[in-house]
Amino acid sequence: MLRVDVTKQLGEFSLEAAFESQGRVTGLFGASGAGKTSLINMIAGLLRPDRGVIALDGETLDDTSKGIHVPPHRRRIGYVFQDARLFPHLDVRQNLDYGRRMNRLAVDPAQHARITDLLEIGPLLDRRPGKLSGGERQRVALGRALLSKPRLLLLDEPLGSLDEGRKEEILPYLIRLRDEGIPMVYVSHDAAELRQLATQIVMLKRGRVTALGGVKVLA
Amino acid sequence: MFEISPAEWTAILLSLRVAVVATLVATPFGIGLAWLLARREFWGKSILDALVHLPLVLPPVVTGYLLLLTFGRRGLVGAWLADHLGIVFAFRWTGAALACGIMSFPLLVRPIRLSIEAIDRRLEQASSTLGAAPWQVFATVTLPLALPGVLAGMVLGFAKAIGEFGATITFVSNIPGETQTISSAIYSLIQTPDGDSAAGRLVLVSIVIAMSALIASEWFARRATKRLHGN
Repeated sequence: MLRVDVTKQLGEFSLEAAFESQGRVTGLFGASGAGKTSLINMIAGLLRPDRGVIALDGETLDDTSKGIHVPPHRRRIGYVFQDARLFPHLDVRQNLDYGRRMNRLAVDPAQHARITDLLEIGPLLDRRPGKLSGGERQRVALGRALLSKPRLLLLDEPLGSLDEGRKEEILPYLIRLRDEGIPMVYVSHDAAELRQLATQIVMLKRGRVTALGGVKVLA
Repeated sequence: MFEISPAEWTAILLSLRVAVVATLVATPFGIGLAWLLARREFWGKSILDALVHLPLVLPPVVTGYLLLLTFGRRGLVGAWLADHLGIVFAFRWTGAALACGIMSFPLLVRPIRLSIEAIDRRLEQASSTLGAAPWQVFATVTLPLALPGVLAGMVLGFAKAIGEFGATITFVSNIPGETQTISSAIYSLIQTPDGDSAAGRLVLVSIVIAMSALIASEWFARRATKRLHGN
């Protein structure tokens, strides 16, 4: 369970959001500039709230009143960025292995095979990110985040930089992932996308939560 | 005519040794300082920045004199180092290396700083969400991506160190076999009658070394661009 109750002032923009999520896929829905990315950056620990609490499965990640801030590398929260952010100096195999090495996890060939099969990135393993298409890059980024064995996966408009055809290419993988049961927070401004993926919706407008509930709130 | 004499070889090898040691010792400090200047905001940052660049604009003889005052036998730091650690800089080749290291430091730091500044910080964020502690982010993302800049800085620093003259001769004098580098050997030769051909040979040697360093530095800079584009 994810519990968020935070405020953050970013220049002129103020973000004040509170929600609790039990759903497997929490869709964070809103127009661009609504504060979605700032909000998941706070969940990831990349941005510190001015005030408030963030807790995941009973563990407090942020509590400004107690001076608690768990840094991103200790949160075990995976993050798939809109722009993939693969490491340009590493090939696909090394990118995928990065999280395991940083967390000093044992080599897990079964898991590795499962993820590369699921995302069909086996043939790309020896390539550099510069030689991948946008869709391939996004699949590798997804695999890289999953192989760090996160307890929650954040996805910030993972289809946002792709054209329609490419979106159709990635969406089935995301649906497979959801059915695998890993909890996700999925940010999008596309209601159709969220209807296919999310089990619960948090609607965000100009820094405030305006609706909470099942996918029907998107209507 | 192009027969390099043993005395000239001594000067060339000493110059190489001084420049290599100066560059290798200065590099870790250069990387640390470049990172600090590129990535951190702190009180006194502009003063530190100016201090790093000072040897570039100060007359070399002034830098050499300040080194003599500080690291000489009776200098504040020099006396302490000699008494406690047995390290002596004055009139030794190690002093030449210290002078060269300081004189070349601005040239070493600059390309490293620029290459760190050019790194997309969002990659470092991605690294931390994958479980990398700050030092791991530095070791596995920042440093590898800045490596071509580090190598370029080392080459430039080396080229500067091998040609350094003013601060070195002021600080450690011009003792053949101990502190006489290519530059100070040329200086002595052109003041001696019949020294012209020997000076000419050393001039050629230093031109070759400097040119190779600049070409190498250019090559590293091109690699840096390629690397950051992920090819």
